[in-house]
Amino acid sequence: MKIAVCISHVPDTATKINIAKDEKTIDPNGVTYIINPYDEFAVEEALKMKEKFGGDSEVIAISVGGDNNKETIRKALAMGVDRGILLKDENFRDSFGIAKALSDEIKIQGCTLVFFGKQSVDYDNAITGQLTASMLGYSCIAVVVNLKIDGDKIIAEREIEGGKEVVEAKLPAVITAQKGLNEPRYASLKGIMAAKKKIIEEKQAASFESLTEVIRLKKPAPKKPGRILGTDSSVVPELVKLLHEEAKVI
Amino acid sequence: MPKFKGVDYFNIESLLSEEEIMIRNSVREFVSEEVIPIIEKYNRESKFPLELVPKMAELGLLGTNLPQKYGCAELNNVAYGLVMQELERGDSGIRSFVSVQSALVMYPIFTFGSEEQKEKWLPLLAKGEKVGCFGLTEPDFGSNPGGMVTKAEKVDGGFKLNGAKMWITNGTIADVAVVWAKLDGIVRGFLVEKGFKGFTAPEMKGKHSLRASVTSELVFDNVFVPEENLLPKTEGLKNALMCLNQARYGIAWGVVGAMMACYEAALNYAKSRVQFSKPIAAYQMTQEKLVYILTEITKAQLLNLQLGRMKDNKTLRHTQVSMAKRNNCEKALEVARISREILGANGILDEYPVMRHSMNLESVKTYEGTHEMHTLIIGEDITGYSAFE
Ligand SMILES: Cc1cc2nc3c(=O)[nH]c(=O)nc-3n(C[C@H](O)[C@H](O)[C@H](O)COP(=O)(O)OP(=O)(O)OC[C@H]3O[C@@H](n4cnc5c(N)ncnc54)[C@H](O)[C@@H]3O)c2cc1C
Repeated sequence: MKIAVCISHVPDTATKINIAKDEKTIDPNGVTYIINPYDEFAVEEALKMKEKFGGDSEVIAISVGGDNNKETIRKALAMGVDRGILLKDENFRDSFGIAKALSDEIKIQGCTLVFFGKQSVDYDNAITGQLTASMLGYSCIAVVVNLKIDGDKIIAEREIEGGKEVVEAKLPAVITAQKGLNEPRYASLKGIMAAKKKIIEEKQAASFESLTEVIRLKKPAPKKPGRILGTDSSVVPELVKLLHEEAKVI
Repeated sequence: MPKFKGVDYFNIESLLSEEEIMIRNSVREFVSEEVIPIIEKYNRESKFPLELVPKMAELGLLGTNLPQKYGCAELNNVAYGLVMQELERGDSGIRSFVSVQSALVMYPIFTFGSEEQKEKWLPLLAKGEKVGCFGLTEPDFGSNPGGMVTKAEKVDGGFKLNGAKMWITNGTIADVAVVWAKLDGIVRGFLVEKGFKGFTAPEMKGKHSLRASVTSELVFDNVFVPEENLLPKTEGLKNALMCLNQARYGIAWGVVGAMMACYEAALNYAKSRVQFSKPIAAYQMTQEKLVYILTEITKAQLLNLQLGRMKDNKTLRHTQVSMAKRNNCEKALEVARISREILGANGILDEYPVMRHSMNLESVKTYEGTHEMHTLIIGEDITGYSAFE
């Protein structure tokens, strides 16, 4: 089985983001990039499926973006992915444009099982997997926390508001991974050394008009300062009431 | 706690290769997720976290710079150093475990062992299925191991071993001990296996330092060691010293990790602790301390990197390793103590890593050649006068 895992290269969740002068992009100064955290679950699941199916199964990591995305592809290779494909486009693409490039390539590669993270933590659209599935005409199960594949039958558990849903589908399919699906492996030192010798194929992503355009990025409004209700237990009922009604966290 | 991002004031990362950076990051992540959350508990209970051994093995941390043929990652020495640095950011005891297994057990078997010994032991040691220890120091012979009294005698089919070793890291948990003993007056290396009759390895208790590491005595009472367990290519004390040189190299890098952990804790604390009208980071004396720490870290990092590059291109001299071990351990201990001062009373609590590192570094400054021994080694090298005796 040929398995694709689509990965994105995102600012480290621990770095402080500043908006660039054009107000449309982020200032790359001092920003370190990492593999999208949800994509690590996708890579792990793809590797597990490869181990399960065995034979000449292959996992291909595909990423759309600039040269720097190779770093993230390299990380997936170090975790055990067999080879990488960079669909090059230094310009901004919306999710539709990214899905178009990915689905074209997945078709060429003939992958019948495709993994994504449930969302990319840069733009948070949470839609690229679904769009890709629709362009390919594959079934799609999103936000998956448990996956079983038997022959061409898939049984997946997905997270929904307040509970879980068990879904059945058939291959070919796109799965988007949620935290909890697995425990991603570390890139082992041997894996990192082996990744050096693996191939990252570079192709120009077919030019494409995005359907949406970023006009402006804004920082969230600064957090309001906290409120002290009192310092002894007499305020607990009031605190519970406010947490429930105002903050809506309990 | 925010994710650890490293300490790199001089953009030394730009001197590393992509693989070296990936290796460092992978071990850094491992330490943040697997070591730091559990280490205070083990330190408090004075136990080594054996649960980490299979995980470290899977990551490939054991015998990192040995050939792939034996199941190792075959890293260059800079990458090996970075591994040590990241591990010791977690704890010197964890780094000690890996140092001993890699530099003091796998390295001598690889370098002085027969092909059968290598094939038997190296893959098992790399997989963490077997643990090793290194017995050189004796109760009465520390800085001058050449005076050792542990003795091997030739008997039918092998040797008879008598004597005792002390301060042996991993001793009690080891499946195999690389033991140095005199055979006809010449220091040779022997592989003494757990369960050999007459061989015991009681743990030493009551340590204030390296509490998350096992330290033991090794006692040999007429232990029969078969012929095939002699390391055939050992021919004197210099072979044991070659092992120490590998381990010292790792220590020079390792203690930089301990310094980074202390610096991170001290800097964060200084920025958040308000006394009088301002955070203590806003006072000149605190700033001076933080600047001193960062400067020492930066100097040690550059020293290590060049040390590693020389080791990789085989121009390294052992006296240069001595200089890095000597300087970095001394500075690390100083950095830990200054960091403790910045944290005030909180500095003595195990809620922060600083006091643990400070206590650990007392051992690290002493083992693998004390500060004074390295001074004498370099002193002899530059003056031509030996001042040991
Ligand atoms: C936690 C821990 C783990 C260890 N693990 C191992 C291990 O795995 N395997 C192993 O073989 N050993 C191990 N050691 C032993 C370690 O290598 C020795 O402690 C070290 O070599 C010093 O020996 P010593 O403690 O006997 O000190 P001594 O040699 O007695 O020295 C005491 C002091 O005298 C100074 N001194 C000695 N001679 C001179 C001189 N000529 N001029 C000036 N000053 C001098 C020393 O520098 C030191 O300050 C470990 C030690 C510790 C603390």
